[in-house]
Amino acid sequence: MTKGKFRIGRFVGEVIVFAALLVYLIPFLLVVVNSAKTSKDILFDTLGWPADWNQLWTNIGLIFGNRTVHYAAAFFDSVVITVLSLVVIVLFSAMCAWALVRTHSTWATVVFFLFVAAMVIPFQVLMFPLVRWMRIFSDVIHLPMLQSFQGVVFAYMGFGAPLSIFIFHGFIKNIPYELEESAKIDGASEAGIFFKIVFPLLQSIIITVLILNGIWIWNDYLLPLLMLGSNGAVQTLPIAVTAFAGAYLKQWDLILTSTLIAMVPVIVLYLFAQRYIIKGMIDGAIK
Amino acid sequence: MHKSSLTKVLFVLPVLFAFVMVMVVPFFFGLYYSMTDWNGVSETINFVGFVHFFNVFREPGFLNSFLITGAYTVINVVLVNVVGFILAMIVTSHLRLRNFYRAGFFAPYLIGGIVLGYIWQFLFNNALPTLGKLLDLDAFQVSFLSRSDSVIWAMSGVNVWQYAGYIMLIFIAAIQAVPSSLMEAAKVDGAGYFRRMFRILIPMMANAFTISLFLTLTTSFKQYDMNLTLTNGGPAARFLDEPVKASQLLAMNIFDTARANQMAQAQAKAVILFVALVIVALLQVWVSKRREVEQ
Repeated sequence: MTKGKFRIGRFVGEVIVFAALLVYLIPFLLVVVNSAKTSKDILFDTLGWPADWNQLWTNIGLIFGNRTVHYAAAFFDSVVITVLSLVVIVLFSAMCAWALVRTHSTWATVVFFLFVAAMVIPFQVLMFPLVRWMRIFSDVIHLPMLQSFQGVVFAYMGFGAPLSIFIFHGFIKNIPYELEESAKIDGASEAGIFFKIVFPLLQSIIITVLILNGIWIWNDYLLPLLMLGSNGAVQTLPIAVTAFAGAYLKQWDLILTSTLIAMVPVIVLYLFAQRYIIKGMIDGAIK
Repeated sequence: MHKSSLTKVLFVLPVLFAFVMVMVVPFFFGLYYSMTDWNGVSETINFVGFVHFFNVFREPGFLNSFLITGAYTVINVVLVNVVGFILAMIVTSHLRLRNFYRAGFFAPYLIGGIVLGYIWQFLFNNALPTLGKLLDLDAFQVSFLSRSDSVIWAMSGVNVWQYAGYIMLIFIAAIQAVPSSLMEAAKVDGAGYFRRMFRILIPMMANAFTISLFLTLTTSFKQYDMNLTLTNGGPAARFLDEPVKASQLLAMNIFDTARANQMAQAQAKAVILFVALVIVALLQVWVSKRREVEQ
């Protein structure tokens, strides 16, 4: 009797939470549904089902075919910037964190403290001097750091370092030193020890670092806006989306479709790697 | 055994160099520029002392931004953590689809601020009024974004929708770290659900609350992207007998000041934002840590 009651209670709970989640995710549904309508239909039938789903492809065609906003190019640039930045952040932050953990001297402590302290600095206090400084820096090294891929990737390496090093540092501290010691006795070089023994052990925490930085860089607006400009040669998706909204005021068919395309890669990646992403985020949270 | 070696120095250098170039150097330049007449146009920059730091506090627009950012931050810190905690409690229960719920509630975190703002601008200005007409609800028929008394709440609502799932994950990690034997023992002793939650679970999660409060506080304080595309500062309001923007948070006030070629003033405001952020964050961590120790 009581067991039956318990089961019914659990079933009701399941239904309530399921329904709550559906309501929670309605905004996503409304974006997809309205991306498949004409501008007129959106205004007169906002909550209705689209009359013809083919309109979605028409709208996507309008976005990619637009002559004022080069959406396809911005999409490509966003992918390049995100991927390159993630590679340098993971590789160099892991190297740095390992070196800092395995060096017991004052300078290592000071450098680590610097990285941790920098985490409270808001971007707002850096952004204007950064642009001016990068212009000077470009002239000195004869390599453009503004309006270029290398400039943005270099900046993401610097801005991504504090949190990434902090996370790697916490993880590497718990790796037993004996593993590295035995390799050392066998005559392995320090670089060899890091790349052959330590780096493979970091796999699970690398996923955490990739996710945290990946979500940030893919969606970031201010840094690319300042370093690339709003109509420079290199663009990113968030800049392209604001360009659409600025050029086609309240034309929700175009604005919503452009936001949908910007979200799709992340959502698709999430659907496939959801288990690892959630696990990676939870693991990273305890550190 | 752990001596510094050339390899290790070389391992530290690349990322340290990038970090110094994009964070450390601009930080000190920024402190200096806030005390100059930098306007972004003229090549010469002259030292003027602390004048901007006094002048900006006489600007009603800046004071208004400061106040509403404070209100926005308080609302967010409370709501995000409460909702995040409730979600964490739900998805760590015995529900069969708990992993599915975790993934679902976290999904809004994947959307960036720019896209988030446009989506919710559409929801507030088009979808909700339509729903209001359908259900004959007067409150929904006028957009929450067009009223100066509701716009901050609307922005907080959007922020909670996006951020609660992320805070939920931090709480899940903390809840899972609490030994289940402890909860079982309390249950055997006759402690009810809420008693177990408030007397055992929450005190044991103190560390997670320190982190989540810090994260919600700092992100709300620095909010820009969503503010830009959701309201762009609007609607118009009055403060100290001057016209101001009802939802122009601090970061937007700083950016708009720079757009008007008042670079040094904008930089001074940014330094004030930084100092305020450090003070509040240190205070919060200090209070939280003290509570952690007491437990």
